[in-house]
Amino acid sequence: MTTRVEPIQATGGEPVKQHRAWWHRPDAQAAVLVPALALLALPLTGDFSAWLTLTLAGLAMGMMLFIMTSGFTLVFGLMDVLNFGHGAFISLGAFFGFTVLAGLESWRLVDSLWLNLLAFGLAAVAAMIACGLLSWAFERVLVRRVYGNHLMQILITMGGLIVAEQLIYVFWGGEDWPMLKPAAFQGGLQWGDLVFEKYRLLAVVLGLVLFAALMAVFKWTRLGLLIRAGVENREMVESFGYNVRRLFVLVFMAGSALAAMGGVMWGLYDEVITAHLGQSIMITVFIVAIIGGLGSIEGCFIAALMVGLLSNYVGFLAPKLALVSTIGLLVVVLMWRPQGLVPATQGGQ
Amino acid sequence: MLQALRDTLPANRWIRLVLLAIVLGVIFTPWLFDGTRALDTAARLSIFVVLAASYDLLLGFTGVVSFAHALFFGIGAYAVAIAFDHFAPGFGVLLVAIVAGLGVSLLVAFIMGLVSLRVKTIFYAMITLAVASAATVLVSQLYHLTGGEDGLTYRIPKVLTPAFKLLDDKVFGVRVNGKLMNFYLVVFSSIVLFLIMVRIVASPFGRVLKALRENDFRAQAIGYNTLAYRTTATLLSAAFATLAGVLMALWLRYTGPESVLSLDIMIDVLLMVVIGGMGTLYGAIIGATVLMLAQSYLQGLMGNAQDVIGGVPILSELMAPDRWLLWLGLLFIASVYFFPQGVVGRFSGPAPKEATT
Repeated sequence: MTTRVEPIQATGGEPVKQHRAWWHRPDAQAAVLVPALALLALPLTGDFSAWLTLTLAGLAMGMMLFIMTSGFTLVFGLMDVLNFGHGAFISLGAFFGFTVLAGLESWRLVDSLWLNLLAFGLAAVAAMIACGLLSWAFERVLVRRVYGNHLMQILITMGGLIVAEQLIYVFWGGEDWPMLKPAAFQGGLQWGDLVFEKYRLLAVVLGLVLFAALMAVFKWTRLGLLIRAGVENREMVESFGYNVRRLFVLVFMAGSALAAMGGVMWGLYDEVITAHLGQSIMITVFIVAIIGGLGSIEGCFIAALMVGLLSNYVGFLAPKLALVSTIGLLVVVLMWRPQGLVPATQGGQ
Repeated sequence: MLQALRDTLPANRWIRLVLLAIVLGVIFTPWLFDGTRALDTAARLSIFVVLAASYDLLLGFTGVVSFAHALFFGIGAYAVAIAFDHFAPGFGVLLVAIVAGLGVSLLVAFIMGLVSLRVKTIFYAMITLAVASAATVLVSQLYHLTGGEDGLTYRIPKVLTPAFKLLDDKVFGVRVNGKLMNFYLVVFSSIVLFLIMVRIVASPFGRVLKALRENDFRAQAIGYNTLAYRTTATLLSAAFATLAGVLMALWLRYTGPESVLSLDIMIDVLLMVVIGGMGTLYGAIIGATVLMLAQSYLQGLMGNAQDVIGGVPILSELMAPDRWLLWLGLLFIASVYFFPQGVVGRFSGPAPKEATT
């Protein structure tokens, strides 16, 4: 690669607006990795239909990971708060969703796509509202007092996670609960030789819709603008007179609601939920957030897809290495970009 | 050594008394309490004191949050377990296992420190959590070496088993057999390890660690190589955790992922250090005692409370014996808020200063 010498403007002139081709942008560079990873896995798996199944599963898992991680990474980016309690909302969301679905048993089983979707939607919305409200209390009681002190944050939110998990045991009992999919999403769609699992398609579609919605909010609304600005430079936004704390509480609640939705989806995907669910997913959430670059939505999306795809491919090729492979990915990415794929302070712009 | 003790012991007389009572209680357990359960609790207690104190070396003195501490504990335990599983149990094999375990631990700690200690606390916390969980998965997958989920059951040197009789007569009503030897091996090794840690903390090196915790930037400005000190602290704490793991493997004669490696152990250790008092070292003794007693006896107490409450639906669930961790979790949160220096820090010396990172 040859180095280009930029013409130096005379001082006092307009700052040079850099025109960069899309392949110079860090987020575009990172985004290319996702299809690259998928194509790389094609010859390794050998069989096209197996590859397609794995890719769909990987994308579905990636979308769910994205839903769960987006809130976590934004909360970090905006307020520098490391919320270990995020996992509690994943578990709680799954359990709230489970309870609502159990109440709508007849709608879940009836042979009608719309009633099935309604049951699923109601469960997800109820879980999101409940967890959003709970997270408001969580923020007030636990997180508010430890802003700016990472050590205390980790300890306090870890304590919150322990207590929340125990409370799930208290209210729902210690057993593993089966969480069954709505009738319309059981089984797969046949298309020639290829089989697509319906629920995975639903997860991919929901994830894409959510990503698009989030991006739309961030690009085109005042609220999104403020959040992005807050991630980039909090003091500056505060000095303009905006109440970043209030903004933050909003993001915290929205993030926890997303975690709850992810929990519902994950529970239906695995078809079984335990109080430990959130704690074990939290580890993957951390990895995704670090790979993507803490605080970056685009990075989080790309990283979630990569982790989802990679763990499905590796799970197929060498099942023993599934979790180890994501750590490997983490190390490789951090060596390439120590701040994660899309560093938040550049906003991927 | 005495000077080190004098410098570091909590000033409060009552705390000192409690500490003394705990230490004497553990040493004389075979005479004071009946049954193997008390002996087991006391041995585990002394091992966990070492583990918690070594974690305190990291968390309390350096302000580094690691979630991979149970990993080093596990490495120590598995080194002994694998060695005794493959070779005839003997003290030579034990020594080789200890050296191998220490080597692996230090290597892992060094690599982890190299990758992530440069960055902030949070990165280290998250990366260690990821590495630790990956190791847990790895251990359960490498079935041939580690026994997978079932773990390993193995024989230990005969001198340390109940079958070995040292004296034919009882000493004040206690049978002097290999089990007792094993108990005292564990207890006195723990005491020695703890005293070494006290010595480290009282040394100039320990003072620098405290300086790092209080104000990293200032320590750097004075001219200390903060990265080197932090890495050394990580390595030391990993080494002590490994040795605690060795003791655990010797005492339990069984090593499995649940008993030495799981995140639950890590959380227990975190609770011990925070409840006892971060950065005091002696807090580890109190924290470990509180947790071990809670694990063994709070459950019974809560069972009684549940019987008294009877039919009240949710309240009786809250009091179910299995929910002891709920109450300790609440105690943990309260500790972090109201006395960040823990029981020991709260009741001794000048008003505790907030640890800043």
